[in-house]
Amino acid sequence: MKAMVNIIGAGLAGLSAAVTLAKAGIGCRLFSRQSSERAQSVMAEGGINAALDTMGEGDTTAEHFSDTMKGGVYLADPNAVRGLTEGAPDIVREFVRLGVPFQMKGETLVLRNFGGQKKKRTAYAKSSTGKMLMSALIDECRKYEARGLVMRFPHHDFLSLVTEGGAVTGCAIGDTFTGDRLVFSGPVILSAGGPAGLFSGHTTGTTQNTGDAAATAFFHGVRFANLEFIQYHPTTVGISGKRMLISEAARGEGGRLFIERNGRPWYFMEEKYPELKNLMPRDVVSREIYAVCRDPECGGQAYLDMTHLSDDTWRGKLSDLREECIHFLGIDPAAEHLPVEPGIHYFMGGIWVDERHRTNIKNLLAAGECACQYHGANRLGGNSLLGAVYGGKTAAETLSREILSAPGYMEGFEHAPAGEPTVLSGNERDPAFERRLTDILMEGLGIVRSEEGMRLCIERIEALLKEDGMSDRMKARASLGLAMAKSAIMRRESRGSHFRRDCPERDDENYKKTSTAECIDGRVITGYLDIPPLRETV
Amino acid sequence: MKRIIEIERRAAPGDAPYIQSFIYETEDESATVATALSEINARVPLLDAGGEAAEPIRWESSCLQKKCGACAMVIDGRPALACDTRLSERGEVVRLSPLKKFPVVADLIVDRSKMMEALMTLRVWIEEDGRSHEKINEDVYEAARCIQCGCCLEVCPNFKSGGSFYGMAGMSPMARILSQTKGGALDERRKLYNKYIFEGCGKSLACRNICPAGLDIDRLLARSNAVSLWKRLMRR
Ligand SMILES: Cc1cc2nc3c(=O)[nH]c(=O)nc-3n(C[C@H](O)[C@H](O)[C@H](O)COP(=O)(O)OP(=O)(O)OC[C@H]3O[C@@H](n4cnc5c(N)ncnc54)[C@H](O)[C@@H]3O)c2cc1C
Ligand code: SF4
Ligand code: SF4
Ligand code: FES
Repeated sequence: MKAMVNIIGAGLAGLSAAVTLAKAGIGCRLFSRQSSERAQSVMAEGGINAALDTMGEGDTTAEHFSDTMKGGVYLADPNAVRGLTEGAPDIVREFVRLGVPFQMKGETLVLRNFGGQKKKRTAYAKSSTGKMLMSALIDECRKYEARGLVMRFPHHDFLSLVTEGGAVTGCAIGDTFTGDRLVFSGPVILSAGGPAGLFSGHTTGTTQNTGDAAATAFFHGVRFANLEFIQYHPTTVGISGKRMLISEAARGEGGRLFIERNGRPWYFMEEKYPELKNLMPRDVVSREIYAVCRDPECGGQAYLDMTHLSDDTWRGKLSDLREECIHFLGIDPAAEHLPVEPGIHYFMGGIWVDERHRTNIKNLLAAGECACQYHGANRLGGNSLLGAVYGGKTAAETLSREILSAPGYMEGFEHAPAGEPTVLSGNERDPAFERRLTDILMEGLGIVRSEEGMRLCIERIEALLKEDGMSDRMKARASLGLAMAKSAIMRRESRGSHFRRDCPERDDENYKKTSTAECIDGRVITGYLDIPPLRETV
Repeated sequence: MKRIIEIERRAAPGDAPYIQSFIYETEDESATVATALSEINARVPLLDAGGEAAEPIRWESSCLQKKCGACAMVIDGRPALACDTRLSERGEVVRLSPLKKFPVVADLIVDRSKMMEALMTLRVWIEEDGRSHEKINEDVYEAARCIQCGCCLEVCPNFKSGGSFYGMAGMSPMARILSQTKGGALDERRKLYNKYIFEGCGKSLACRNICPAGLDIDRLLARSNAVSLWKRLMRR
């Protein structure tokens, strides 16, 4: 079988990697359990960040860098973040070239405010930015598919890595339509999205990101990092089977959070944070909502007030959001206040990667939300679409550099991968087991955490792991969950999205570090790695 | 509320279909067909309405917010998205079957790859530089919203899977390319548009009110037809 790069996951990160490889003349297979049109990336609403400075505010990539580092409370790799923020303007310009209908005035991009950033830096297409970026990138990918450089496998599940002597030589894939099991040789880029499925029903994400790809990789010895950092988006609303996001754009365009206190509306964010007000970083806003909702003087329910926004704003910038609220909630946000609560939205942690998106295993790279890069302890709105595109591109560039500089590199994979892939037993879904694991994780890893809560969570998962009848698949999921809880309990400080009632302060001396987790012989081992210093630029 | 969910099922492509019913009860007024399917599948043991053991129902979902097209199926005789169909707005029996215009994979899953292959034939991509300007962006945005669910094809009298007419699911993404392409690349795409869309479309607009994304089909058609018709007039 011909060796090609194998990309697992066809959201923004996977597509970006595929297009980058194709441009370098390198072929790839693009696997995903459903076609790209169904990936979570199409749901992104608010926008993508780049210091393009089209709004005359004197914005710079250096400021984008410092906001991202500060937002992530200095846990992100500064060299990687510098690459991201300096690369951002070209990425958005490339999307303009691909025809993304960003909000424009004539031929100039209009940028909007997003949380944790003082300047207007977020390019957007109404409230469907992700869908517009995806449509453009899917079309671009098709161009290379027509030239034979990309092969799509759009109903294909990742089953396992194939390794030889500690290095990846290929992957095993299941065709969900025929049930066939296929093995492909070549290096692998994992871009299978965040493990939303571990928190099924409680996230704003999709049902197809079950977390199985991550759990399988973890079980096979891939190192993970910063798993304790789970972003609760401040403004979500429960709808049937999930949480619906009310995009940060609602606040970016002027929406105000309030709660009733002693019979009168209290705009708590504006009072407490006079500078950034409703646009403080998400972890801060979520914790404030959590706190005011438990304040006995307050009404118990926070609201988002958008009733003062102009008709132009509704029509031109937030039409989809309004339609969605009317459709799913029966509430017209132009006329009524929207009841909101924090909900799980993004995983800052994931597969550990270096600045070039290499994992701890040779020939295995990772990008997009499944990888841990750029966002530290808390992601800024608009930075993850950027991180997915830039990360996919960087992973592909790393590989293509290696492939092009070492003649015979790809041919080395051409012998069929040695041995049978170790596909985990029990690949069927088991909703009842998944529900139990989710309930345990939700209790231990909420917005406000405590030693006892996390301890209990760990004990319950350990008990689960000892139960009879646990398939490898179940064990892999439970182990990844255990790694999250263990990473959380060992960080005895509060930072970004990780907030502990018993250790409310930040402790740079002991914890300005990347937490890591590995599964070795079925045991979850955690530790810390130092954050690389920022290199001098030449 | 109590509903009987009646499903046209088959375990594999060639199998003869059979009907199996499940009883679903909920207090949640906003519950949709998608809610019912996932909750039924989570039951242990999974029993049908007659108390017989049943296999999990195979269906596709992703966003649960009518943004991805995964869960398109025929609901009470009309194509629709499961996550966008409230049970409270349905009768006591809700009938589900797979989309008929595509080969069935199992239960409610169909293979929609022909719909996507059509976009390859139509060469739906930007060849060089896509034009982007405030003035055309409204149209581009509308076209790029198509979620490739295939509901429009289900009701179209002229569409056959594997045939040479591609319907609205081909027209919408193509409309974006027609608005943003110039020169020789545009000429080529006009020809493809005429051949695979314009000539086969009976303009009955049966597809108009079915699109779950609410695409403005009239507007996209009018624009695309104008772009390609203009060319035909010029040739005379
Ligand atoms: C509602 C919502 C709104 C958002 N808004 C914004 C925003 O405005 N700005 C911003 O920057 N970010 C936003 N985000 C976050 C951002 O959209 C995601 O982080 C980003 O799109 C992730 O891209 P990805 O390519 O890593 O993953 P995804 O788009 O999730 O793609 C994952 C891919 O992996 C495949 N896959 C998953 N599991 C398997 C498996 N086991 N086998 C094979 N394939 C598999 C899937 O089929 C899919 O193709 C939002 C997220 C949500 C949920
Ligand atoms: S107008 Fe009629 S023939 Fe044309 S695509 Fe719609 S339903 Fe089909
Ligand atoms: S035009 Fe509408 S109905 Fe047809 S595939 Fe696109 S979104 Fe679905
Ligand atoms: S699940 Fe995405 S449209 Fe229904």
